[in-house]
Amino acid sequence: MSRISRRFADLREQGRAGLITFLTAGDPDMATFETALAGLPEAGADLIEVGVPFSDPMADGPAIQAAGLRALKSGTKLRHILAAVGRFRRADENTPIILMGYYNPIFHYGIEAFTTDAAEAGVDGLIIVDLPPEESDEFLPSATRAGLELIRLTAPTSDDARLPKVLKGAGGFVYHVAIAGITGTRSASIADVQPVVERIRRHTNLPVAIGFGIRTPDQAAATAAIADAVVVGSALVETVAANLNAEGKAGPGLVAALHAQVAALAAGVRRVARGK
Amino acid sequence: MPQFIPNSLRSGPDENGHFGAYGGRFVAETLMPLILEVEKAYEAAKADPSFQAELDYYLEHYVGRPSPLYFAERLTRHFGGAKIYLKRDELNHTGAHKINNCIGQIILAKRMGKTRIIAETGAGQHGVATATVAALFNLPCVVYMGETDMARQAPNVFRMKLLGAEVRGVTSGTATLKDAMNEALRDWVSHVDDTFYIIGTVAGPHPYPAMVRDFQSVIGVETRAQLAKAENGRLPDTLVAAIGGGSNAMGLFHPFLDDASVRMVGVEAAGHGVDTGMHAASLAGGEPGVLHGNRTYLLQDDDGQIIDAHSISAGLDYPGIGPEHAWLHDIKRVEYVSATDDEALEAFQLCAKLEGIIPALEPSHALAHVSRLAPTLPKDHLLVMNMCGRGDKDIFAVAAHLGVTL
Ligand SMILES: Cc1ncc(COP(=O)(O)O)c(C=O)c1O
Repeated sequence: MSRISRRFADLREQGRAGLITFLTAGDPDMATFETALAGLPEAGADLIEVGVPFSDPMADGPAIQAAGLRALKSGTKLRHILAAVGRFRRADENTPIILMGYYNPIFHYGIEAFTTDAAEAGVDGLIIVDLPPEESDEFLPSATRAGLELIRLTAPTSDDARLPKVLKGAGGFVYHVAIAGITGTRSASIADVQPVVERIRRHTNLPVAIGFGIRTPDQAAATAAIADAVVVGSALVETVAANLNAEGKAGPGLVAALHAQVAALAAGVRRVARGK
Repeated sequence: MPQFIPNSLRSGPDENGHFGAYGGRFVAETLMPLILEVEKAYEAAKADPSFQAELDYYLEHYVGRPSPLYFAERLTRHFGGAKIYLKRDELNHTGAHKINNCIGQIILAKRMGKTRIIAETGAGQHGVATATVAALFNLPCVVYMGETDMARQAPNVFRMKLLGAEVRGVTSGTATLKDAMNEALRDWVSHVDDTFYIIGTVAGPHPYPAMVRDFQSVIGVETRAQLAKAENGRLPDTLVAAIGGGSNAMGLFHPFLDDASVRMVGVEAAGHGVDTGMHAASLAGGEPGVLHGNRTYLLQDDDGQIIDAHSISAGLDYPGIGPEHAWLHDIKRVEYVSATDDEALEAFQLCAKLEGIIPALEPSHALAHVSRLAPTLPKDHLLVMNMCGRGDKDIFAVAAHLGVTL
């Protein structure tokens, strides 16, 4: 069983949804990011998304765009991110790591080289925002061979006709984007999301995570009632931004503030009991 | 098994929008249903004679087509070689070829019941053309433009506002055309129900590269008939066009792709020079990658991050190129060369003085290459250059480069 499947099985056992945190790798610098990353499981993250910065993040709002620019400015390269994941993995055998980003840096690294190196570093899954099923034939075989799961995105616009295509070859879990929009802007109401999640579940047995627009412990709790996992990204990235000093470098309280926020979100998620 | 060899170079893309290894639909899942809807609607429109009839009506009566094919006698004499014809798309309403495409897309938007138009723009020419057709068809219009470009193309910003469009300055990334396109895509995923995105060049996810090419192909179709009439039924020997994203070039080239005797040359912007790192020549200085929904040649660093283009011409200042050009480059059907800022400035002034035509800085790059090529060719060689825009928008920038204060 993959690390991601094991983690979702554990969560089911515990009768609760999981918390997935998103931070951009190398934001505001790699050392600070790695300190934050290392403490995420302890703070309450069940799975971890590591954002790979890209110069042209077309699905992201201002907060994650800015995080990407900070990371690139601090010299972050894809190989540094894989090395950071490798160091995390040596200390933590169990928490799944999912790289999330855009296709070009991966394509440029080389499909075979990237999937091999990522798996070796201890990456478990990949979310490649701009690699839809129509284009993933060149990528999926290498990823599968390396033991990486390709996590598919669904959106409010994914209808019954489209879902089978989206979910073919999907691994790990399904990441449902709750709003038609970009990260860090609007929040969806549970009433709007619930029927879409039910539709997705009719097409797959994979766990369903919900993200985009979830910011507070209360929103996390509300979402946990209908999802197998709750993703929080922009709200955490904004905490990074709020804890920079005048030169844009990490302020003294940055990592502690992040971990406190993750603990509060985890408490929100854990408030809600779910059937096994 | 014998390899499949297409008997026409004009039949692409395949059903997934691929031209060889290029093109495709590299978009987020939220956008996927939208581009599939545009594709379906466009296929239906193409098969509907009333769509073509409406398009033809506006091209003739509103845009002013056909544009003349003009024998540039003084340029011909000056270079002393090939016979030079200019395809006068700078005489179109709004001053460039961009409107050929905008008319087509807005008629499609209307057929699809869309009630809001968005666009990206670099030089402002596509923004002006989109704002123009949005006014004509009474649809609200938002144009995204990098703040760097707003500063160097101020007259076009004012034009768009006069036409009733809202111009939204883009500060993200490097605040130029690629960022304007990112922002337009972000707007589109956030307004999936009512909005139509009019892309300004042969880039973006399928079906845009093919659709924009089809709308611009009127340039090549007219050229074929006009030159045949002027030159006893002959085909052109050489076609030359400037390349930003590649729409005016594709419009001129595409109808001739299967005519093996016709040589085609696309001219990219070399900025300060292709080896200076300050240029916009994606084929000469880029590598294949994925951006804005398609795979093509891109200016990028060794980690796959997109690098900013540089050109004196804001309309050529794009770090990519349409995927069909990437394919035509690889199969060597079209030659791609480049011209620097200085060469374009020189051609700009030469054209004004010799022909009484002030060209846009974009076709000035094409003319710079014509000035190198024409003298090497015999006098009965027929060369057609696409004069795809007029230079009114550029006089301030050119004056600044020449050290003149207006
Ligand atoms: C006059 C003119 N020519 C050329 C271009 C470049 O676009 P394309 O290569 O798509 O024709 C522009 C873009 O703004 C333009 O305004």
